[in-house]
Amino acid sequence: MTYLPKPKLAHPELQKNDLGYTRRDYEGSISTLCAGCGHDSISAAIIRACYELSLPPHRIAKLSGIGCSSKTPTYFLGNSHGFNSVHGRMPSVLTGANLANRELIYLGVSGDGDSASIGFGQFSHSIRRGVNMTYIVENNGVYGLTKGQFSATADRGAKNKRGVENMDEAIDMVGIAIQLGATYVARSFSGDKNQLVPLIKGALQHNGAAFIDTISPCVMFNNHEGSTKSYDYVREHNEAVNFMDVVTGREEITVDYEPGTTEIVRQHNGGLLKLRKLANDYDVTDRVAAMNFLETRKARGEIVTGLLYVDPDAEDLHGYLETAEKPFNALTDEELVPGAAALAKLNASLR
Amino acid sequence: MSPQDAAQPLMGSTVPPIQAVNDFVVKFANVNGSGSASANQLFAKAILRMGIPVTPRNIFPSNIQGLPTWYEMRISDKGHMGAREGVDLMVAMNPQTWDEDVKSIRPGGYLFYDNTKPLPASKFRADITVVGMPLTSFTNAAYAVPRERQLFKNIIYVGALSALINIDPKVIEDLLAEQFRGRDKLIAANHKALHMGRDYALAHLPCPLGLQLAASDKVGDRIFIDGNAAAALGALYGGATVCAWYPITPSSSLAEAFTRYCERYRKDKETGKKRYAIVQAEDELASIGMVIGAGWNGARAFTATSGPGISLMSEFIGLSYFAEIPAVIFDVQRSGPSTGMPTRTQQSDIKICAYASHGDTKHPLLLPEDPNECFQFGALSMDLADRLQTTVFVVLDLEIGMNERLTAPLQWDDSRKLDRGKVMTSDELQAGKVFGRYLDVDGDAIPYRTYPGTHPTKGGYFTRGTSRDEFARYTEAGDAYQRNMERLLKKWDTAKTLMPKAVRTDAAAPTKLGVIYYGSTSPAIPEALELIAEQTGASLNQLRLRAFPFGPEVEEFVDAHDTIFVVEQNRDAQMRMLLINELECNPKKLVRVLHYNGAPITAEFIARGIAAHINPTPVREAAE
Ligand SMILES: Cc1ncc(C[n+]2csc(CCOP(=O)(O)OP(=O)(O)O)c2C)c(N)n1
Ligand code: SF4
Ligand SMILES: [Mg+2]
Repeated sequence: MTYLPKPKLAHPELQKNDLGYTRRDYEGSISTLCAGCGHDSISAAIIRACYELSLPPHRIAKLSGIGCSSKTPTYFLGNSHGFNSVHGRMPSVLTGANLANRELIYLGVSGDGDSASIGFGQFSHSIRRGVNMTYIVENNGVYGLTKGQFSATADRGAKNKRGVENMDEAIDMVGIAIQLGATYVARSFSGDKNQLVPLIKGALQHNGAAFIDTISPCVMFNNHEGSTKSYDYVREHNEAVNFMDVVTGREEITVDYEPGTTEIVRQHNGGLLKLRKLANDYDVTDRVAAMNFLETRKARGEIVTGLLYVDPDAEDLHGYLETAEKPFNALTDEELVPGAAALAKLNASLR
Repeated sequence: MSPQDAAQPLMGSTVPPIQAVNDFVVKFANVNGSGSASANQLFAKAILRMGIPVTPRNIFPSNIQGLPTWYEMRISDKGHMGAREGVDLMVAMNPQTWDEDVKSIRPGGYLFYDNTKPLPASKFRADITVVGMPLTSFTNAAYAVPRERQLFKNIIYVGALSALINIDPKVIEDLLAEQFRGRDKLIAANHKALHMGRDYALAHLPCPLGLQLAASDKVGDRIFIDGNAAAALGALYGGATVCAWYPITPSSSLAEAFTRYCERYRKDKETGKKRYAIVQAEDELASIGMVIGAGWNGARAFTATSGPGISLMSEFIGLSYFAEIPAVIFDVQRSGPSTGMPTRTQQSDIKICAYASHGDTKHPLLLPEDPNECFQFGALSMDLADRLQTTVFVVLDLEIGMNERLTAPLQWDDSRKLDRGKVMTSDELQAGKVFGRYLDVDGDAIPYRTYPGTHPTKGGYFTRGTSRDEFARYTEAGDAYQRNMERLLKKWDTAKTLMPKAVRTDAAAPTKLGVIYYGSTSPAIPEALELIAEQTGASLNQLRLRAFPFGPEVEEFVDAHDTIFVVEQNRDAQMRMLLINELECNPKKLVRVLHYNGAPITAEFIARGIAAHINPTPVREAAE
């Protein structure tokens, strides 16, 4: 496999966003994944979300681990800096990068093997710390890149391609994320762009640890009868709790919504999440209720999707650490080095 | 029991008691967690304030309370700072280790102990002077509260010893007053305890002993600091803003010192906001990951760890090498392999640091000999990591890291600029300068990098641990891979020109004998060479390595000598391995002198090893 630059054809009808960028400006090189792989749909959703939010592409840093899913940052945001790190350790690299410059937007892309097996610790701890990031797991229940072994999100009783059953309990990443203090938690399906794009937009606007578990079928190794991560299975068992829209600054909320069916959540930075409730009485800001709801529905065999939990006023790691506003990578020598006089004083105290 | 009926206040020695002024070893045997550490430190500081060089060493177990600890002080007007064999005055406060403590006293030496409970004669030696003081009964009579008894007992024995070996009590009083500044009651109580001990000794004990201190001027303007603190301060002066670490002895105090110094020097005066971030990571995989993420994004970042941490970090270290991302690792070595002896010193991570990770990799090492160099190299490591865009190791060990040492005052040149290496700016990109992340544009094999977010349309690139071409595009083409690997080798040659040079010291007369050493072995070398000269008449040229890769001066030294002793504190002669491997020199020329029992290396050990090789007849008899 070699790098394939995407042919840049001029499309006069391509619309420009507020910053004057077209969709093309958010694309990357041509995907080398299998045709029909769920991961490609997620890349497309990321492109659309960034375009619609009019984010300057170069102010987004995209980081990943290792796996088919972790390869995808090459296929979107071609002008952004990207970092394909080591297996399971995107979260620590992202944390360090975020500490160095708090002004960029950090997008972490990972797989279920990458985040629920080898990187389970790093996933958990980056969430606990409240790193300001959008963390997307492209969840297919298998290790795609090493050819179809079960991952830790494979359901107990799910069958692999050869009919062998998985005997281990599955890790439910949204449940863990909520429990560990993620302040924006969603689940979606790569096959449902209308649901996924707004969820990514809301996450990108969120200040704090935003996590999206995206079920993303592996057509090569996990899309058969007996799999619980196949297109058919997910479509049949998908139960959305809400449908979300992200209202950008200029759009006004003019329509009156029927109380009880629509909720407006204003995030810290002013972004508005407009939620149309599908499950009655589901309160996205109630963490305990969310955990309860998820467990109850899981027991019924439902795959609950949508925005599951949000704390619109969340703090992030920089807030906890009380770091200065200026990015560390822009600090001058004067701001960093205490100088000779301070050292002379220190010497005197050490005699 | 009153002091009067104490058993065995004094037992004479069958050999002449050692007589020495400002040149002896005092060792305290204590119990972990008994509050003895601060009393011992007070003792050492008092001697320093009298102008007499003293080198203390903490010897402690991997345990928090109840196990034996020792504090050994080498007092040497001549300035010898290496460990020395044998003890002249043993302050035996721990019944658990009594036998081995008594055994370690040199013939003619002294034993100071608590004789509240009489001990049978078989517990002593005839060839030492035994000084007993009923410390426990004396303290219990004076203090009712158990915690006070514990704490003041320590000050009481310091007082008694001050009378026995002649420490100026005024100096101790001043130190106590500094320590408890503002708490007058506590100062008075400590002064009282000090004088109780001192007065008892003057009245009942054979003051002065043959071991005496006399005010001197040999300390000069040197400061007293441990290597970990000095290294942390170096990192701070070097502009480090991100520290991610996972606790491990003997490195934890480095990250802790960095935290202290940052609080002092790096908080915004007006807002109180921090120009640094310190994260205690979940493990070493994460701490090095954060360092690499921060380095990639243009901040100076480091971690502090020890051998087990390096093992865990290895995969990331390879990424840093191959993807060319700056990182700094302070490795404070302890005895390996595995958990080994976690609180004992060794130089046994040389090989893993030099070549950590799979594939073809090598990494620059800085090898400080003392706290002053820990500071210098701590700062330098940040520049080197940015300049070379790779992981730079600062390799300390427990001996340097966790013991306070007399060292030259730390210095900083205010005109010095931090070297951030080759970073292409937005203006340069805008002006059309060609950017290839892995393109060598000027022959030093170091490519330009850009910080993420620099320019809207230019300079973006994808970082990966997989192979790529000069413009950071993924490729598995063999020739592109090989070109890149060869450039990395060429970069290694550039590194050779940037590392601190080895320090050569030649003997007065020409000689074909040489000695190579590094790090914490350094203070024992001058003394070892004196011993060798006395015992064999031979003199050696010396080379102290300060870095890897080796500069041409190392090859010249090896070429210029017939026999070179390589003195190290590990089993497998790891530095010798690097010398042979990198210089392709004749292994027969390089003679191993290896010390690796976890205790710091001594001059006597080095002298024995070298002298036996120079002069195969038993040297001891010859010298006596
Ligand atoms: C340390 C290490 N161990 C093993 C591997 C091999 N490996 C590469 S990708 C992968 C699993 C990826 O699974 P997942 O994250 O679910 O990604 P997917 O391919 O399914 O999208 C493994 C085990 C590796 N790269 N590094
Ligand atoms: S193997 Fe599976 S996960 Fe990987 S690209 Fe193919 S379909 Fe996608
Ligand atoms: Mg997977």
